[in-house]
Amino acid sequence: MSDVDRFASIPNNVDLHSDKRLQRALESWQPGYLEWWREMGPAMAQDKDAYLRTAISVDTDGWAHFDYVKMPEYRWGIFLADPTPDRKIHFGDHVGKPVFNEVPGEYRNILRRMIVTQADTEPASVEQQRKLAFTAPSLLDMRNLFQVNVEEGRHLWAMVYLLHAHFGKDGREEADELLRRRSGDPDKPRILGAFNQPCNDWVSFFAFTMFTDRDGKYQLASLAESGFDPLARTCRFMLTEEAHHLSVGETGIMRIVRRTGELMKQHPGVDVRTLGAVDLPTLQRVINFWYSYSLDLFGGEISSNAADFFASSLKGRYQEERRAEHTALDQMKIVPVVDGGRLTNKEVPLRNALNEVLRDDYVEDCERALRRWNHELEKIGVEARLTLPSRRFHRHQGEYSRHAFDSQGELITAEQFEANRAKWLPSEADMEFLRSIMVPVHQVGKIANWLSAPVRGVNGQAFDFEFVRLG
Amino acid sequence: MMIRSASVMSNILLVAWNGVRYLSRPMETIDFNRHPSSYLHWKLAVDGPIARLVMDVQEEKPWRPGYPLKLNSYDLGVDMELADSIQRLRFEQPQVRCLVVTSTRDKIFCAGANIYMLQSSAHPFKVNFCKYTNETRLGLEEFARESGVRTLAALNGTASGGGYELAIACDEIHLIDDGSSAVSFPETPLLAVLPGTGGLTRLVDKRKIRRDIADVFCTVAEGFRGSKALKTGLVDAVHSRSRFESKVQERAAQIAAQAPVTRPGPGITLDPIHAKVDGDTLRWEHVTLQIDAKSRVATLTVRAPTGAEPIDGAALQARGCKAWAIQCFRELDDALLQLRFGFDQVGVVLLKTEGDAAKVAAVDTMLDQHAADWLVKETRLLIGRALRRLDLTGRSLFALIEPGSCFAGTLFELALAADRSYMLNDPARPVYLQLTAMNGGALRMSHCMTRLECRFLGAPEKAKQAAASREPIDAEQAEELGLVTFAPDEIDWDDEVRVAIEERAAMSPDALTGMEASLRFAGPESMETKIFGRLSAWQNWIFTRPNSTGDEGALSLYGRPERPVFDWRRT
Repeated sequence: MSDVDRFASIPNNVDLHSDKRLQRALESWQPGYLEWWREMGPAMAQDKDAYLRTAISVDTDGWAHFDYVKMPEYRWGIFLADPTPDRKIHFGDHVGKPVFNEVPGEYRNILRRMIVTQADTEPASVEQQRKLAFTAPSLLDMRNLFQVNVEEGRHLWAMVYLLHAHFGKDGREEADELLRRRSGDPDKPRILGAFNQPCNDWVSFFAFTMFTDRDGKYQLASLAESGFDPLARTCRFMLTEEAHHLSVGETGIMRIVRRTGELMKQHPGVDVRTLGAVDLPTLQRVINFWYSYSLDLFGGEISSNAADFFASSLKGRYQEERRAEHTALDQMKIVPVVDGGRLTNKEVPLRNALNEVLRDDYVEDCERALRRWNHELEKIGVEARLTLPSRRFHRHQGEYSRHAFDSQGELITAEQFEANRAKWLPSEADMEFLRSIMVPVHQVGKIANWLSAPVRGVNGQAFDFEFVRLG
Repeated sequence: MMIRSASVMSNILLVAWNGVRYLSRPMETIDFNRHPSSYLHWKLAVDGPIARLVMDVQEEKPWRPGYPLKLNSYDLGVDMELADSIQRLRFEQPQVRCLVVTSTRDKIFCAGANIYMLQSSAHPFKVNFCKYTNETRLGLEEFARESGVRTLAALNGTASGGGYELAIACDEIHLIDDGSSAVSFPETPLLAVLPGTGGLTRLVDKRKIRRDIADVFCTVAEGFRGSKALKTGLVDAVHSRSRFESKVQERAAQIAAQAPVTRPGPGITLDPIHAKVDGDTLRWEHVTLQIDAKSRVATLTVRAPTGAEPIDGAALQARGCKAWAIQCFRELDDALLQLRFGFDQVGVVLLKTEGDAAKVAAVDTMLDQHAADWLVKETRLLIGRALRRLDLTGRSLFALIEPGSCFAGTLFELALAADRSYMLNDPARPVYLQLTAMNGGALRMSHCMTRLECRFLGAPEKAKQAAASREPIDAEQAEELGLVTFAPDEIDWDDEVRVAIEERAAMSPDALTGMEASLRFAGPESMETKIFGRLSAWQNWIFTRPNSTGDEGALSLYGRPERPVFDWRRT
């Protein structure tokens, strides 16, 4: 196992003290980061003790070390999963060759772009979720929010480490830019669309961590396959933390479903909105919104970039090692496209369809969560069900973005889409309603009316543990 | 005619579109006519002195089937509309003093020429496509320079490849600074070709970007964004997203307010130009293009006006696009495009004229004496462009000066543009040349010389002497003065001409294209000749090399799952 320098100004297991140039570079980036955190990090959190998990090493004991921490004092570190000795590239055109430990010159630009695009999402989500603590439905939820936020911050560190360590002056400039862009800013927006959408209520937060962070999981998983070993090792470690974010989202929606289902059962025929809870149609619309924006994050259905990334052995498929074949050559994938005003199936070389392949894995994962939520409704004895809209619905990137589709994926006119918008997507009135029920609950062991309490707390602590010391 | 092997492209249709024609099929013409009311890919909005030309390419409406026009990429059809809009702004909207070129697509200005279109195009089509788009951009620059319209590229998103080349053809470039929009030339790193529309030359010659910075810029596929683009001189201004639109409008209004009114108008309307197909012949009103497919020889005949033509600017205005000086050269332009895109097997073009030389000379008098009139000036520029299109046409040009011809003034430029000229010396049927004021400086070549100056590069006094001459010149004198290549007598004429044509048609078309282009532009270079010279020499060479278009070349494989394999030898 690699040595961990826990007490350095930047905790790390990358032997930072032996590379003075890199250490200086990161130390000069650090104040800007802390300033960004103070300005854009979670509100209410700056001086409160929160019961947080801090990664202090990458082994099974060390990556989840729990204690009370004041967030500005959180020790964001740089941790890469330990290297696999003699690791070989296992996909793409360089299959069988030793992994790259340095950036190959010919891939410098695309690799930098991949890392910057991934990195940009990390601070973006912190910015989007900045004000949620004010309306936290419980202390545990508040703590979970903070946990997600500090780890996104650490993921930014991890990516900035790669930029500083491997991309010279350009990398340093990109690292600075990551602190300058702002989610939703008309002039300096974040790179990807979903990360510029407001996320100001907890229903959206749960949907975001369920659907948008789940895209992150699949992106990180395919980067964890990378032939550029420092990226692979970074992403492998990030994935362990990302799993928690996904569970916050998935269980969060589950808790809404449970609460709403129970109210529907107790008060048949009554609009649950009048009981101060989230009605299923509204929840469905929030799901539709975040799911469709998250699908965009995978990129175009037919993409030469995707083919390039795979061919150059920089970005693999999800669980590449489990697949039988690793060149993705001489294979085709059917992709429905709009041609002459009609949906038709197009055969696309597999490498060019790899965004869609990754999206398939993601959709399957989301469907699994949907089944769990619907099973909960069934258990409660409520007939209504939640669904996932078609992957063509409400898209802003890729083959379907220039056309309108209904939630079933049928081609419709833009006018038809607009006529049904309020049926499919949250309206301003929906958002107004959601904000109206977001009443903060900051007492130990209490929960907001619209949400059921979680089955368990964190790290073996019960729900009535004081997860954040507000006092 | 041989059908080219379609081994590279599985789709025979594409090959057919690229210019191969079957003898058994009736001749077809390509319709270059466009009109703003039916543009597919652009919107032209004129508001007083400011025109906005907005790119919004319809993905599913490519010029020929087989490739979607994604990300505001362009093909010949998109560029025909651009060319049309500039032409209409010249003639129909003289009040315009500022042209804003922009797009409506979020985060995209223009992604350049469509790669899949290039991939699926045969070499002759690629070359002629690039030539046409170059002529369009040079026309845009001439519009700014000569017609007093300042052009402003408002890059509301990324301008890559041909997108930035379009921008760099404008007088000033404003780029949105949103953290992601960039200007870029990704051709070399991504496709193993060059920016084919004058981009490299304009970087260093026009914008005077330091060459080492240009070197870096041209090898970083993603290009430069915001402040870096500004600092390196690739753009003239950057504006934040929220202020972009208002800043551009503000600047356009400022330009329009400052620019002097040089074109009082009112404008004239340009009607479409159509050729009638008649067997092996395309007939316009004043121009005929006859194709002899078997011998691969075309005859391009231009006819003098027959009736009375306008004698001043006001009369020209009244006659509008039907005036001979306008219509004839629009027709010549169309004929050259038909030849280039439709008949790639034709190797020799015989240039002929028919009609009354005095009528041509009379039109020249009007063009000369009323040159200050805005419409007369635009007409002179139009003629100049059509003749430059002829200079730049990659076919052997032989002028045949025979009885009944009218090689006078402006039409004598056709003979001066030819690679060779033959004038019949038959005392029984005398033929005359005549020079007019229009041969003296109004109709310059791409390198800014007159065709006479270029012809007599070693003897400038001969050029001056010829330019001053106004009397009819017979064959013997013409040969003596060096105004024609040969002056065979009536006994030798038929054989001399026939043998010359047959000999020419038998030589390698590639070598001839290179030889002719090298000999036509004697004298100093201009940015324009450098652009075409480098297009012909470098880009077209690269286009035929395996590293770009071989089975494992980068252009062939772009968008495909396999990576290119290069032949590493430098030449």
